[in-house]
Amino acid sequence: MATLELKKLHVALEDGTEIVKGVDLTVSSGEVHAIMGPNGSGKSTLAYAVAGHPAYQITEGQILLDGVDITEAGADERAQAGLFLAFQYPHAIPGVTVTNFLRQAMNAVRKARNGGVDSPMPVPEFRKLFLAKMDDLKVSRELASRYLNDGFSGGEKKRVEILQMAMLQPKIAVLDETDSGLDIDALKIVAEGVQKLVGPEMGALVITHYNRILKYITPDFVHVFVDGKIVEEGGPELAEKLEVSGYVQWEKPKEEAA
Amino acid sequence: MAQTESEIVQGIGSDYGAKYGFSNPDEAKDYFFKSGRGLSHELVDAISAHKGEPQWMNKFRHRSLDYFLARPMPTWGGMPSLAEIDFENIYYYIKPTENQAESWEDLPADIKDTWDKLGIPEAEKNYLAGVGAQYESEVVYHKLQEHLTAQGVIFLDTDTALREHEDLFKQYFGTIIPQNDNKFAALNSAVWSGGSFIYVPPGVRIELPLQAYFRINAENMGQFERTLILVDEDAYVHYVEGCTAPIYSTDSLHSAVVEIVVKKGGRCRYTTIQNWSNNVYNLVTKRAVAEENATMEWVDGNLGSKLTMKYPAIWLTGKGAHGEVLSIAFAGKGQHQDAGGKCVHVAPNTTSVITSKSISKNGGRAGYRGLLEVAKGAHGSKSKVVCDALILDEDSRSDTYPYIRIDENDVDIGHEATVSKIGEEQLFYLMSRGLSESDASAMVVSGFVEPITKELPLEYAVEMNRLIQLQMEGSVG
Repeated sequence: MATLELKKLHVALEDGTEIVKGVDLTVSSGEVHAIMGPNGSGKSTLAYAVAGHPAYQITEGQILLDGVDITEAGADERAQAGLFLAFQYPHAIPGVTVTNFLRQAMNAVRKARNGGVDSPMPVPEFRKLFLAKMDDLKVSRELASRYLNDGFSGGEKKRVEILQMAMLQPKIAVLDETDSGLDIDALKIVAEGVQKLVGPEMGALVITHYNRILKYITPDFVHVFVDGKIVEEGGPELAEKLEVSGYVQWEKPKEEAA
Repeated sequence: MAQTESEIVQGIGSDYGAKYGFSNPDEAKDYFFKSGRGLSHELVDAISAHKGEPQWMNKFRHRSLDYFLARPMPTWGGMPSLAEIDFENIYYYIKPTENQAESWEDLPADIKDTWDKLGIPEAEKNYLAGVGAQYESEVVYHKLQEHLTAQGVIFLDTDTALREHEDLFKQYFGTIIPQNDNKFAALNSAVWSGGSFIYVPPGVRIELPLQAYFRINAENMGQFERTLILVDEDAYVHYVEGCTAPIYSTDSLHSAVVEIVVKKGGRCRYTTIQNWSNNVYNLVTKRAVAEENATMEWVDGNLGSKLTMKYPAIWLTGKGAHGEVLSIAFAGKGQHQDAGGKCVHVAPNTTSVITSKSISKNGGRAGYRGLLEVAKGAHGSKSKVVCDALILDEDSRSDTYPYIRIDENDVDIGHEATVSKIGEEQLFYLMSRGLSESDASAMVVSGFVEPITKELPLEYAVEMNRLIQLQMEGSVG
């Protein structure tokens, strides 16, 4: 049983602008939480801050993973501890194949979990697992020998994000707008992939603007996120309601320019 | 906590001392012969006398020395540090042993120990067809697999080749790179010693690489090897050279000349992993001629040295000839890599590709300087030049000097250049998968140079990636 706890979390940009203004949230394995909010509400900032992006400063509050304070930990240490962020816009790493990258990432995680002692997964075992996961997520095997995200279509990038998640087996996965840029077939495959991984070993925090993806991943909890704060919480029915009413009722009226 | 970029940069090169930077300080007294410092016509006579070489070579040396002394220092490329070379402080000729060994066991213990530390005897056993090992001015060990000797392959140090194959030698020596080609070619022509001589007979394909390793041990050493490679019709050879030196506070000089002729339908690949210590000036002239339908490939990795000026050249003189230059330059603190390549098309339907990747960090300066020339009459020729630079911090510098001269209309020429930095976002992406910052940086850099490392024999590709990994590794604490 794993738990990610955000306690009164405040996040600011390097110039001091506060984006996340006090978030309390607990995600446990077996649960799917959805954070829904309009563009510019700070959802992606929250995701980056949780994953340890150096440009987002946690000015107040704490992040705990299984009770351990990781507020000050680097992105690599958080990943090693069992956090995963599926990126909205995954970055290309030219010259590094998907296979090579995943092997190194898995071995880095295994090493950290083995008290800093190298414990690489034997190549045949890696290969077997990798091929099985690729087939599960209907990722073309041809992608394995291509350079990571280099020239990938939007759908390929998102599938490879979920493939990475399946391989790295995190305790808590944060999915940042994973539904954006996916056609309906790809969305189904990606969502089913996530749904399959959620269980006693993993919980998920799905960040999204629309409830499109939530038709395929049923959230246990929905949190409405507006202007850096959670403004309402509920069950899956809240997502349906938002589909109809939008976020207008929580948004501050725009100030007229002087 | 993850390291900052600047902490990573601090650690660069930290491993060189342990792995390559050792020296044998006490053995200087054991050298068979060591010239005094400085350059003179007397020195040239002393070198000729030690080698017992023919009169014409002695004359060639004297004339070359006159050319060297008469020519001004180049005002481009490595200036101003080029002006700091103190030619009077260099030892131009050191003969470490009286005779060349054919067995590692026959070498003096200190010298054998050096080669063991560098892993050369082990490499020879596992994946090389022949090995030459030059220590200071002379090749102290040389061996070629017997079945290749039986097929007529010649792989000797250049001094021995002059003695044993004078006619063949004389026919090509100094014809690709004239003795007065440039100041440093003139210097090499005056005081050259050692290097490799290769002849591959028609139709003979040498599947495993031949390797030469060049080691400077003494302080203020000048190493001037001379290499001549002749690949006859439809023959193939892959020649690999490596070079390292101890770390000294004063400068050493390495100035080689490499001449290559690839006959009709032949193919030559020449791979260099240059990893001199950061007190070595590396000023090298390399040029190949590719005849009809021949292929010449330079794979040029420059990781070490204080200043490198090196632009491997290919003259495509026969129709349908193909030339390729793959160049990597890595410049760290106090380093200037002025590297690149030249392709000169003088025959119809010739093709060339120059791919350059440079990386600069911690105040280093890496650049591409290249020439692409298509002469009148070289119709139907195609060439592509791609140079990419990766700059790892604000203190570092990258320059691109692409010279293009086209005197023929019916040609297809492409040129692309990019400059990039390792983005914070790229690093964050990789780190969010569990890779440390230094591993993530190394992964981006390895990927950047991958188009070239994938062309290296596996062992060298592994070594190259290991070196990059070390370059990127952080300091302790």
